[in-house]
Amino acid sequence: MNSQSEQTGLSSPAVVLPSWTKVWLMRLAYSVLPLLIALAITGSLLLMMGVNPLKYYAYIVRKGLFTPSGLAATLTRMGPLLLIAASLIVAFRAGLWNLGGDGQFLLGAVTSSALAPALIGWGVPVWLTLLLAMLAAVVVGAIWALLPGLLKAWQNINEIITTMMMSFLGISLANVLVKLVFCDPNTTVPQTRTLPWEDRLPALFGSNISSGLLIGLVAILAVHWMMTRSAFGLQLRVVGANPQAAIHAGIPVSLLTLAVFALSAALAGLGGAVEIMGVQGNVRADWNPAYGLVVVPLVFLARFNGFGTIAFVFLFSMLSIGSESAARRMDIPNHFTLVTVAVLMLVLGLTECVEQRQRQKKG
Amino acid sequence: MDLFTVGFLTSLLLGAVIAGVPLLLAGLGEQLSEKAGVLNIGLEGMMLCGGYLGFYVAWQSQSMGFGLLAGALGGGLTGALMALLCVWWRLNQIVVGIAITLGAEGATALLHYFQFSRTYPRLGNVDSWAIPGLHQIPLVGQVLFNQPLVVYLAVLTVPLFAWIYRSTLAGLYLQAAGDKPAALDAAGINVLRTRTIAVVITGMFAGLGGAFMSQIGAGIFVPFMTQGNGFIGIVLAMLARGKPLWVLAGALLFGCCLSMTTALQVLGIDVPTDVIQMLPFIAVMLVLLLFGRRASLPAALGAPYVRGAR
Repeated sequence: MNSQSEQTGLSSPAVVLPSWTKVWLMRLAYSVLPLLIALAITGSLLLMMGVNPLKYYAYIVRKGLFTPSGLAATLTRMGPLLLIAASLIVAFRAGLWNLGGDGQFLLGAVTSSALAPALIGWGVPVWLTLLLAMLAAVVVGAIWALLPGLLKAWQNINEIITTMMMSFLGISLANVLVKLVFCDPNTTVPQTRTLPWEDRLPALFGSNISSGLLIGLVAILAVHWMMTRSAFGLQLRVVGANPQAAIHAGIPVSLLTLAVFALSAALAGLGGAVEIMGVQGNVRADWNPAYGLVVVPLVFLARFNGFGTIAFVFLFSMLSIGSESAARRMDIPNHFTLVTVAVLMLVLGLTECVEQRQRQKKG
Repeated sequence: MDLFTVGFLTSLLLGAVIAGVPLLLAGLGEQLSEKAGVLNIGLEGMMLCGGYLGFYVAWQSQSMGFGLLAGALGGGLTGALMALLCVWWRLNQIVVGIAITLGAEGATALLHYFQFSRTYPRLGNVDSWAIPGLHQIPLVGQVLFNQPLVVYLAVLTVPLFAWIYRSTLAGLYLQAAGDKPAALDAAGINVLRTRTIAVVITGMFAGLGGAFMSQIGAGIFVPFMTQGNGFIGIVLAMLARGKPLWVLAGALLFGCCLSMTTALQVLGIDVPTDVIQMLPFIAVMLVLLLFGRRASLPAALGAPYVRGAR
């Protein structure tokens, strides 16, 4: 980045957070209130479709939270989602729009799914296999963001275009790898070799919850700590808030930009590995859960706060697990979750808008 | 091996036109909105809204024309929602764009489900307009000059937009709304209104592109059918640096690559779709890497306009 770098309004998604304890309650109110309004809106949509919204929500909460298998599924799904959220928080707080999460996630997933069964076959112990597979996913994810990072750091080419293009490339490449290279010869449908249950990420405390949840929690808390408490994180936030000021403060902006892309993509790649080795066991051709885009609103809802993100990811996880069984039992396609998330986002955005205007009136 | 058989070239070009027109429409729309300073990440959602509404109306009325109009209307309404949120209420454009895309994906899939359950009715064939004389040219004649009317209109929009941007007052206002909105405001032109018009027209173009996909490209509506076309449109607009002609070139390049697989199958060569789909992205990334071609974006892109704020 140099003196003639483009200063568009896009360059700073980062929000500078005010002091903690004082605004905590207010923030809680501003997060819960929009939730209720959004539920009311989606509820009336359900009514229009001839569905009793209370019954629907009750069903979702029961299936996603109050049955043992549902709760386990909800908590398990949180693992990869939290890793993607951590990936986004690093990038967004540093003012960089990494919108290529899907490609990084899928390549991480394919890498781990190719490596893990092979390593097991060579007699490598399970714990080392899992570790190596995750490491490989991390490296592949980071490599996939190298090009957008370099182009942003030294040519100031808009990272929205480059990460999106790399994402499309990554999704296609993942499919090519699954269909042509790592294809399991023993199945008719193209997919990678399945990792046996006993060789996957261990379940937590004898339950059905994958330890991927633990990895996700550690990652998001580490990222939260790094961004809010460490000198490195402070530098990143300065770059995000005002790149020009960062240059004048002697912060190595180009190097940090590269580091952010690598870290962000590595976390997304790890998310793919955790999904494969904790839940799926293999990668089927054309499999793409497209988590990248749905996690973006959750991270924004939480205003890039790690703890808030955990809460929203939990909520979304429950919603998606619950609505998947509602789709089977109550004949409402689980696409409704997408509508819910969209409405939630818009309502929250409006709340923030109202909040800001009130603050301006006061000040 | 003879690559240049008539069958291969015809199916390649035909496919390129069918796959390229939605990209062209979406890309032109995005370019307009970006010029006015609004980054429209909701393009994919607008295409889906137009795609569904267009398909539904065409299916009900048995008229392709009404269908395409309805598609533009659907996209335009979605654009109006985006304008309300981003231009008037100044919400973050990327967040709203993603919300619109997610919401439209969910909403159109739901609407389709409640309307058609699990059936996918197919529309009839489209009337094509043969241009006298030109359509008799061997090979390219049938492909390029015997197409539905909307294809010609889409291509004619390219010089029209180029002319508007270069030599009209409206073009100047658009440019100012994106580059220095305060100057436009000082000149007595309403920035918010200019941007709103731009975003609504963007929505109409994206909606028309979506309607083209569902009515003419596929003949059926399938949930999530735009499959990233809106995002490719955004990439095209950003790479085109404000020049409509470059959007056309990009749309044809991507369209060719998307149709390459079917064309190769005509020759009996079985290449996975995914390999071919990677080609345009690899090409563009290489160009970016070698020539460091900056996407020159308007200075105020992404920033909401607040009168009097510095």
